[in-house]
Amino acid sequence: MRYIEPHAHMVSRTTDDYIKMATAGCACVSEPAFWAGFDRSSVDGFHDYFCQLTDYEPKRAAKFGLAHYSWLCINPKESEDVELAKEVIGIIPKFIDRPNVLGIGEIGLNKNSRNELKVLEMHVDLAARTNELILVHTPHLEDKLKGTRLILDVLKADSRIKPERCIIDHVEEHTVQMVLDRGHWAGMTLYPESKCTGARAADILETYGHERLWMNSACDWGVSVPLAVPYAALEMRKRGWTAEKVDSVIYGNPIRFMSQSPKFKL
Amino acid sequence: MTRQQVLDLYFMENRAKLIDIAAFLDRVDRAEGEADFRLAGFKEAMKCLGDGAPQRAKNVLLSLSDPSIEPIDKAPGKGAVGAYLAK
Ligand SMILES: [Zn+2]
Repeated sequence: MRYIEPHAHMVSRTTDDYIKMATAGCACVSEPAFWAGFDRSSVDGFHDYFCQLTDYEPKRAAKFGLAHYSWLCINPKESEDVELAKEVIGIIPKFIDRPNVLGIGEIGLNKNSRNELKVLEMHVDLAARTNELILVHTPHLEDKLKGTRLILDVLKADSRIKPERCIIDHVEEHTVQMVLDRGHWAGMTLYPESKCTGARAADILETYGHERLWMNSACDWGVSVPLAVPYAALEMRKRGWTAEKVDSVIYGNPIRFMSQSPKFKL
Repeated sequence: MTRQQVLDLYFMENRAKLIDIAAFLDRVDRAEGEADFRLAGFKEAMKCLGDGAPQRAKNVLLSLSDPSIEPIDKAPGKGAVGAYLAK
């Protein structure tokens, strides 16, 4: 089996996880910028984090034979502070041309506040101006439905944004259709407690088609499973999916989306 | 998959989950003090299981979601709790 982990926060994982992922057939990881579990106190914290994502972490992944790509932004969880967000968005252009940067992400909403929306619009503007791909985080639990609707409206309102160049991540049964209907890609996150299980992800693929969907573990410092994608692949095989069809979802689909950036090569 | 295959693959796992839910509700009943809106939300969402309508998973998620459409003035914190408190 070969697969791509298109959403993983490897900076908070151990090298043991890299070994397990490489052993399971992972060819490449893509790492969106996210919240550290605490608020960074200044733009300098983000500068250092972006250096980690674009310099140190690709080297660490390479030790295990894995290609490493990253996405840059200030995460929605830190977007209540618009002034800090402006400063952070201001330094992203310094990093955007680095060879492993695929785009802007994971941007989006967390509690669906006005300031979060403002910061989302600023990120979308940056992506449009720099012609970058967009990776979107949708809110958790009870906030996901409303947040997904608001995010889709922001993307639609900016005529420079091409829907097929945006992936809306963490979709579930109540949001996947609206995302696909707008022409975007959709991501399913496989978590033990929230978001999707492997079985539900397979249900969604069987119900909504697998043309514009990917699966990820979104493993970070919280409760998450770095091998969630190969486990879900096993689930699909148990259901009678052919090896080729599984491959097209867990390997082919991330390649099709990320290849829209000329920097993505495997 | 045929229905028989779905049952072969998933019955035991979901039988266990069903008993877990029953035990959880018993545990809540045995405990003391007031419950909050999450319990009412949970019980309301459970109705989606029994009505025979398709898309039960979607309907459970919708039942536990904030249905409003206007952004809020300020984020009250960072977390979510899994159920929605109607204001
Ligand atoms: Zn993430």
